[in-house]
Amino acid sequence: MSIILDHVYYVYSEKTAYETQALKDICLKIGDGEFIGLIGHTGSGKSTLIQHLNGLLRPSSGSIYYQGQDIYDADYSRKELRGKVGLVFQYPEHQLFAETVFEDACFGPKNQGLSKKEAQLRAFAALRDVGLPEEYWYRPPFGLSGGQKRRAAIAGVLAMKPEVLVLDEPAAGLDPKGRDEILGQVAALHRDLGMTVILVSHSMEDVANYVDRLLVMDQGSIRLDGAPREVFRHYRELEAIGLAAPQATYLMQELAGRGIPVDAGATTLEEAKNSILQAFAKIRTGRL
Amino acid sequence: MIRDITIGQYYPADSLLHRLDPRVKLMAAACYIVSLFLFRNAAGLAAVTLGLAGMVWLSKVPFRYMVKGLRAILVILAISALFQLFLTPGETLVAFWKLKISREGLVNAAFMVVRLTYLVLGSSLLTLTTTPNQLTDGLEKALSPLGKIHVPVHEVTMMMSIALRFIPILMEETDKIMKAQLARGADFESGSLVKKAKSMLPLLVPLFVSAFRRANDLAMAMEARCYRGGEGRTKMKPLCYHQRDGLAYLAVAGYFAAVLFLRRDL
Repeated sequence: MSIILDHVYYVYSEKTAYETQALKDICLKIGDGEFIGLIGHTGSGKSTLIQHLNGLLRPSSGSIYYQGQDIYDADYSRKELRGKVGLVFQYPEHQLFAETVFEDACFGPKNQGLSKKEAQLRAFAALRDVGLPEEYWYRPPFGLSGGQKRRAAIAGVLAMKPEVLVLDEPAAGLDPKGRDEILGQVAALHRDLGMTVILVSHSMEDVANYVDRLLVMDQGSIRLDGAPREVFRHYRELEAIGLAAPQATYLMQELAGRGIPVDAGATTLEEAKNSILQAFAKIRTGRL
Repeated sequence: MIRDITIGQYYPADSLLHRLDPRVKLMAAACYIVSLFLFRNAAGLAAVTLGLAGMVWLSKVPFRYMVKGLRAILVILAISALFQLFLTPGETLVAFWKLKISREGLVNAAFMVVRLTYLVLGSSLLTLTTTPNQLTDGLEKALSPLGKIHVPVHEVTMMMSIALRFIPILMEETDKIMKAQLARGADFESGSLVKKAKSMLPLLVPLFVSAFRRANDLAMAMEARCYRGGEGRTKMKPLCYHQRDGLAYLAVAGYFAAVLFLRRDL
C-alpha cells in the first residue's frame, strides 16, 4: 500500500465567517501502480484532497501514511515526500519561471539536492517523456503554445522522478488533439514506468478511456469507488450529483433497453463499437 | 499563511455598521484617525478606547479576526515605541550605558503604541464592514465636487477599486504558485537572506506574468463592454442617505466634540 488516508477531515478558514468543510471523513487506500481517476463537481473537494497527498495541506483531523509512515511524524521529511509524490496543479504552465524550458525542468531535481549533472539528465529524460520536441527546450517558456507550456510544466514535476504522479485536470483548456496527446503520454508513463497515477478530471470520457479505478467525490466525501464499468453503472446517482456517465454508456443502455443484445456496461467508444458490431453479426447470422 | 493578512478585507456580517452609508463610514474613519492624534491625557485615551470598543461591538466582526491584522505591523510598532522610549528628553527614570529612559519617553511610547494599534484597528474596521464596491462608490460620491475643478474622480476611484479587487486575487494566485513550487521541492523559509531572496524568484516571476496577464484581460473585457469612463454613467444601486446615516453623523460629531473637550488643559 503506498498511500493511506485515515479519517481525514479538512476545514478551510476555521472559525471565521468563511469556514467551509472541504473534506469529510475520507478513508482511502491507494496501491502501488494503480491508475486512478478522481472525478467530482466543482467544489467537491478534489483539489483539496490531492494537496493532502504530498503534505501541502495538513488535515484538520485524521492521518495520512505514505509507504507505512505517518507523513506528519516529527522526523518525516515532507520535502522529500514532495519528490516522491509529484503533484501537477491545474494550469501548471502558470508556474514556469526560468529563462529556458530546460532550466525550469532542472528546478525540481536541483531542489532535491542532486548535482547539476544529474539534474540535467533528469530534465532531459522528463522533457523527452512528455514528448516536447527538442527545438523548444532552450527557448523561454513564455513564448510556447498552451499545450507545449503544459508539457514543459509537467516535465518539471516528472524530472523529480516521483513514484506517484498526481495531475489536476491536465487537459483543461486544451484542444481535443492536445488533450489526447497529454493523456496518452500520462497513460504511457503508467504503462512503461509503472508509475502510480492519479488523474483528476471533469471529463467522463477521459477517465473512462484510461483509468483502472474511479473515485467519485461529492461535497467533500467519496461517494463511489470502483472500476469505471461499475461506477458508470450508477449513472443515475452520478446525475443526481451533477455528473454524468460517458456518452457511450447512455447509448448502450438505450440499445440494451430496446432488446438489442449489446454490452450495457461498455464505457469507452472502442468497447461500444465492438459490442455493437458483435450484436449486429449475431442478429444477422440469427436471421440467415 | 498568506490568508492571515486581514488588512483591506471584507468580513460579511449583518450589523448596523455594515448597513451604514459608506460616506458616513469614510468620514467617521477620517475623524477617528484625527482624534487619535488629538488626545493627550488619560481621559482622552478613555474616550478613543470607548469609541473603538463601541464600533467593534457594533460591527459584529470577531475581535480575534481583527487582531490578526495587527501582526503585520508588529515590527513598525516595536521600532516606533523604542525610538520614543529612548530618544525623548526629560526626567530620567532608568539609565544604563548610553541609553536613558525618561518619564516622558515612557508615556510617549505607550501613547504611540496605542495610537498605531487603534489606527490599524479603526481603519481595518472600515474595510471589514464595507465591500470594496461600496467603498469606492462612497469615495466617488464624496469626492465628486472635485470633478468641477477637473480632477478625474471617477478614474481615480476606478483605479482604486480595481486595486482593491485585485488584492485577494493576487493573494490567492501567490498561494497557488507557492504551493506549485513547494510541490517541486522549493524552500521559501530556510537559508541566509540572500538565499531567501533568490528563492523568491520562482514565486515572483510567475506572479508578475500572471498580474500582467490579468491586467491585460481586464482591460480587454472593459474595452469589449464599451467602457468609456464615468461620464453619463448611471448606477444600479445609487447611494442615498437613510435616517440612521444622519444619526451616525451626529454621533461622530458628538464623539469628536468630546475628544476636543477632553483635550483642554485641566
